[in-house]
Amino acid sequence: MTRNNSDLIIFIGKRLLQLVPVILGVVVITFFFTHVAVQNPCAIWAGPHATQDQIAACRLKFGLDSPLTDQFWAYLSSLVTGDWGTNPTTEIPVLSTISTAFPATLELVLASLAIMTVLGIPLGVIAANGAGRWADHFVRTFYLSGWATPTYLGAVILAIGVGPVLGLPTKGDFSSTPTFPRPTHMSVVDALLNLNLPAAGDAVLHLILPASALAFLNLGIATRMTRTSMLEVLPLDFVKTARMKGLSEFRVLYKHALRNALITTITILGLTAGVLLSGTVVIENIFQWPGMGEYAFGAITGYNFKGTIGVVIIFAIVVVISNLIADVLYGLLDPRVEWR
Amino acid sequence: MDEAAVGTRRTSGDEARTIQSPSEPSLWREFLRGFLRVLRANPLTFIGFILVLIISVVALLVVLVPLVSSVILGHTVLVTPYDPNALSTDYGQPPSASHLLGTDNLGQDVFSRIVAALPLDLAIGFGITGFALLVGGGLGLVAGYWDEPRTLGGAVSVIILRITDVFLAFPSLVLALAIAASLGRGTGPSMLAILLTWWPYYVRLARGEVLAVKHQPYVMAARAGGVSEVRILFRHVLRNLAEPLLVYYTLDVGTVIVTFSTISFIGIGVPLGVPEWGSMVESYERFLLTLPWTVLSAGAAIFVTVLAFSLFGDGLRDILDPRSRRALVQAAVPSTLAAKVAAAAEA
Repeated sequence: MTRNNSDLIIFIGKRLLQLVPVILGVVVITFFFTHVAVQNPCAIWAGPHATQDQIAACRLKFGLDSPLTDQFWAYLSSLVTGDWGTNPTTEIPVLSTISTAFPATLELVLASLAIMTVLGIPLGVIAANGAGRWADHFVRTFYLSGWATPTYLGAVILAIGVGPVLGLPTKGDFSSTPTFPRPTHMSVVDALLNLNLPAAGDAVLHLILPASALAFLNLGIATRMTRTSMLEVLPLDFVKTARMKGLSEFRVLYKHALRNALITTITILGLTAGVLLSGTVVIENIFQWPGMGEYAFGAITGYNFKGTIGVVIIFAIVVVISNLIADVLYGLLDPRVEWR
Repeated sequence: MDEAAVGTRRTSGDEARTIQSPSEPSLWREFLRGFLRVLRANPLTFIGFILVLIISVVALLVVLVPLVSSVILGHTVLVTPYDPNALSTDYGQPPSASHLLGTDNLGQDVFSRIVAALPLDLAIGFGITGFALLVGGGLGLVAGYWDEPRTLGGAVSVIILRITDVFLAFPSLVLALAIAASLGRGTGPSMLAILLTWWPYYVRLARGEVLAVKHQPYVMAARAGGVSEVRILFRHVLRNLAEPLLVYYTLDVGTVIVTFSTISFIGIGVPLGVPEWGSMVESYERFLLTLPWTVLSAGAAIFVTVLAFSLFGDGLRDILDPRSRRALVQAAVPSTLAAKVAAAAEA
């Protein structure tokens, strides 16, 4: 069984090609659900005091009087040319909001993934190594607590209870609107690029609570997967051999066993992208984090259909690509996997 | 050792069963014995099991007692100490003997509201997950079993998988929120929203298990022995599917409850006035520092319910999966020579 790099490139290319039908499907589903269920969105967009004429003008402006399939083709063709529509009430283009909101969410998700990895994997190893004993029960209770706490409850407790007590900021990404240029729209990165250390510190403080809320809820996934795959690896012969050689317990667990157990954990972490993105919808709303989740929430509740579809497209791309990254990593870590 | 006996049955049992056809009750008895054993070895699973039992019984009582009492006595008797929607002048009372979990800002008894919300949340958890299990599991079974390329079954399975991929490609909560918001506030619309987005994962799970099972020697042996395809599917393949699906179902009931309560928390779920844990957290969140018992009790209700199903499902996995079961028993039981021999025989 030989593998070469051209196989890997073909594999990645094929998977990226599969994005096309997925995105098309996502657009179809979201478009028809939103447009069929809400009969007269202009009554909402034009405001509560709009006259019949204003509503009629609004319907004409957004092409709501043409058949649904015509509306869909018009939307799809403008989507392909890079025009993702505008927010019907604020007239701000969807793509320009997404281009500033997406980096902010990426920063939040990466911070929480870092917390998940640093805390979750050692906890999983500890639980598996003491399976059935008190350490295992303690770790399982801990991660099941995170699993069982609804996103909004954890976030509310952190935002209203813990934040004020510890003096941590609970709203937005900076204490005052930054005056420096923001090339990346990631708060910490932008502050560092401008060599503005106080602002960077402020940004980190603002990141702590939302990232912890997101991490705590998903810590269970990392811990649970590490525990399960360690339980599969620990009884194997090579672990016994490593113990017999007289290696320290730390080396046996973390250098020999964990390296093999991590394959599953990394794959699953890649698959949690969807869970994390779902979490951002609630957490960004509670912490007023200026990202995709908050934008999605506003778009959904404000009947901003094009904004909703735009967010869903971006989320779908992120989920597909992070699944692809997980698969590629899995293949690189396990040489037995064939690219196909 | 019992565990080893169960393990050997599972791997080679199907051929043996077709030849010797041992009676079904013995299978159940062995399952029960393994079940009790792990319950004893793992107290958390036991706690989860007891909690699930208590929650289910209380939910049934909340629904049945008013119904039965109105038929028999002519007037309804509530299980809750107070009418969950009755306003009173006892605003913001801390927990006491008369109000177990205190009262909220409107003088409503928090304990009564939490208990009254139990049947709705639990029914939604069981119902939506059950629907997803049947639809998704069925589609996954078809997609996994008849996947020969260039046949009718192959074409159907490709269509099923592509549609599943679309649904799996974006967070179901976002679509559920979009659907729920479009349909307008209400219990029905938010249930429909979750229902429409929940089944795809079961397709993947069932298909994966079918693919792993269908080329096993015992399936080929059954086919060589002239057993019909439908019979192979139901007697030999489906039976191996039941365990992972059951574990996932148990864990998923909690997730559905959380998702439903999230939609209510956001304000597009149950109508105002209907007691529901998510909407209770939403309406009480501003009292976290002044009337903490209100929001914390509602949160704790979801927490305990989801935790109960997680503990139970997690333990169920240990019971049903022979590999982790072996590791668990080896860790829990002092390793004796007999245990080692049994483990070696099983492997």
